Amino acid sequence: MQAMSVQRNKIHPHKYSLWIAMGSITMMFIGFTSAYVVKRAQANWFTFQLPMIFWISTAIILSSSFTVQMAVKQFRNRHMQRYKQLITLTAVLGVAFAVCQWIGFMQMNAMGLPLNGPASVSFIYVIVSVHLLHVLGGVVALLIMFGRAFRTRVRTYSPVPIEVAATYWHFVDALWIYLLIFLSIAR
Amino acid sequence: MSNEATLHSQQEVMHGAAAHGHGHDDHEHHHEGGFISKYVFSMDHKTIAKQFLITGILWAIVGAFFSVLFRLQLGFPDTSFPWLESILGHWAKGGHISPEAYYALVTMHGTILVFFVLTAGLSGTFSNLLIPLQVGARDMASPFMNMLSYWFFFMASCVMMCSLFVQTGPASGGWTSYPPLSALGDASIGSKIGMDLWLTSMALFVVSQLLGGLNYISTILNMRTKGMSMTKLPLTIWSFFFTAVLGVLSFPVLLSGFILLLFDRHAGTSFYLSELFVAGKALSNEGGSAILYQHLFWFLGHPEVYIIILPAMGMVSEILAVNARKPIFGYLAMVGSMFAIAILAFLVWAHHMFVTGLNPFLGAFFVLLTLLIAVPSAIKVFNWITTIWRGNIRFTPGMLFSIGFVSTFISGGLTGIWLGNSSIDIHLHDTYFVIAHFHIVMGVSAFFGTFAGVYHWFPKMFGRYLNNTLSYIHFWITLLGAYLIFWPMHYEGMAGMPRRYYDYSNWESFKQFGDLNHFISIVVIIVFAAQLMFVFNFFYSIFKGRKLTTTNPWSSTTLEWTTPINPGHGNWPGEIPEVYRWPYDYSKDGVDFIPQTVPLSKDEEAAGGH
Ligand code: HEM
Ligand SMILES: [Cu+2]
Repeated sequence: MQAMSVQRNKIHPHKYSLWIAMGSITMMFIGFTSAYVVKRAQANWFTFQLPMIFWISTAIILSSSFTVQMAVKQFRNRHMQRYKQLITLTAVLGVAFAVCQWIGFMQMNAMGLPLNGPASVSFIYVIVSVHLLHVLGGVVALLIMFGRAFRTRVRTYSPVPIEVAATYWHFVDALWIYLLIFLSIAR
Repeated sequence: MSNEATLHSQQEVMHGAAAHGHGHDDHEHHHEGGFISKYVFSMDHKTIAKQFLITGILWAIVGAFFSVLFRLQLGFPDTSFPWLESILGHWAKGGHISPEAYYALVTMHGTILVFFVLTAGLSGTFSNLLIPLQVGARDMASPFMNMLSYWFFFMASCVMMCSLFVQTGPASGGWTSYPPLSALGDASIGSKIGMDLWLTSMALFVVSQLLGGLNYISTILNMRTKGMSMTKLPLTIWSFFFTAVLGVLSFPVLLSGFILLLFDRHAGTSFYLSELFVAGKALSNEGGSAILYQHLFWFLGHPEVYIIILPAMGMVSEILAVNARKPIFGYLAMVGSMFAIAILAFLVWAHHMFVTGLNPFLGAFFVLLTLLIAVPSAIKVFNWITTIWRGNIRFTPGMLFSIGFVSTFISGGLTGIWLGNSSIDIHLHDTYFVIAHFHIVMGVSAFFGTFAGVYHWFPKMFGRYLNNTLSYIHFWITLLGAYLIFWPMHYEGMAGMPRRYYDYSNWESFKQFGDLNHFISIVVIIVFAAQLMFVFNFFYSIFKGRKLTTTNPWSSTTLEWTTPINPGHGNWPGEIPEVYRWPYDYSKDGVDFIPQTVPLSKDEEAAGGH
């Protein structure tokens, strides 16, 4: 009976897959924003101001990128208590971001800009909520990390999962900033 | 042990090695993993490949049977078939397929074959089977995601299958599902719940494709065995690589188009809808653009046709070289042309939209870019022909189907050049000429590639051979039948006969084609029967086929044939073989073939090696 040798790997496969997945998600938003551009070039494009709260949510998600990065650092230094606090904080900021986006929707609705209004308005709802789904996916990932940190039976020393989660988190952050700039310029 | 992922699978891998080290028959014993984890929720890429293949075959039977049904309507519009009523019920009152049923059948035929059979069934099967085996990997980068990829496809299949049985029937607005028809439930019965199920199923399908594609790319780039540089990869792997890149970049765009469509259907938005009247009533939707959907759809749609054909091209390249006992002609040109095709695939989508009122100035660019695709396509064809030219050809069933592929790819590709000229397309768009073009170049060619792959790698999958006599019969009927079915459609198209019509016998100009349609439908039935024979051969041979006695039945150079006859999970007991040379050392220096695992000789090294 022969033992099997180990697989060769250059980069960690999960990190690799994440990069490709981010490319794929980007393509979806390129799809949305190109549709937006095409639609905007047609007649009767309706313009309006985005609610201010979207800028507050931007500040929130930006600061969460810092907290998640610090969490990675604490994990590497095995300061597990700090690490747990930081990922909790990041997840809370993620939820706060979601709440702000939701309030943004309510405000738009109150301003007489409902989902089934002009296409330019509908686009905001669709693009923002599809992005929000991706942020919530990140929150779920952080909760899983959190659960793992509390396991006593199995201890994890590999920083790969939290690194993957952090990279994804920065990605949805950057994606939001791109979307916000896009939506405010291409009105 | 370098990382967690290997650790993850390591246990199972060791296990597989222990169980199969003695050369037991894979099918005859179960190790601790048990039936469920071995055959159902398996993470072994080889089992997942078989799952994709068998699901694909089942769908192909359904999809092809649907075409037989609607061909009955087209070929025999005045004849009544009472048995139709007994299987289709009120969809075929009095033995005549109803118009609604006809559109449902056509739509499902297209959806099933394009997506479920030729995308999932083809690249799902062979990417899964061959990528780890040919690059020298124990399994995919993430075996778990790979398993999910199959099960998302399975869920997509279930939803699509259910949609066939809902009261208002499945989606029936064509495989492209253009709005406004697909956006308005009141516009046709096929646009009701059937359309929602179609969109749900397709969304699941996209997820499946993305999970699979991610894995294929990271496995190819990241998990090649020692010595396997990118330029030593067999062309199959290159083709799967470009296929996966195309899928990962274009399916999300399709998804975004579907999301907007769902909003239009259910949230009252007007992305695609404007100033419409349904049943005499004006709708409130304003300001949308149906053309927007076409842009989003064809941005995927065109890469999709290459997603279908590239894997077939890769497998055909490999099989032609093996069975001509000659190195592939122009390896780098082959890779380069696949690369060019992959890039151009993203730049030509509007050739499906020449008659939508597209700005003629823009149209001119798309004509140019479309015609450019003919260049890499022609390079490939030239290289295939030069590869078999004066070769020592072994006419195995796989080889015959590969040669058939080259033939149909040429015939169908040539008509693309006509369609790619926007001024000619004004006449030919949405006629049977387009049907003939894409069935020959995509449908038939991709099926030939698939069959070639199945005949060639069946021994690797099941440790047995398919029956040869049945295979040859299958090939000749399919080749002749395909030309007899689709060649005449060019004439119908040139005469202006539109596609997607229920009955042509009422048109003075198309009456002349009554007999031709009759003839085509009869051939369709014969070809369908031949495919059932193949299915029989396939399943029969899994259990009763002649057993393999050697690990390398085709005297091939690539790594998959260095594994045991029935490899366990992990593929190679002991070390993963190291690679020293490219995969096409056939008839070199008077030696029939030199496997990739043989180190370069002194002379070769002096000559620079390959
Ligand atoms: C020489 C290269 C090719 C050129 C110039 C070309 C050009 C075209 C054009 C202009 C159309 C649109 C016709 C119309 O709707 O009026 C078309 C349709 C189509 N082509 Fe090609 N084609 C080429 C190769 C291929 C290949 C290799 C495939 C697939 C493997 C393919 C698959 C299709 C399909 C599926 C459609 C029809 C889609 C539909 O309307 O339902 N073509 N082609
Ligand atoms: Cu195309």
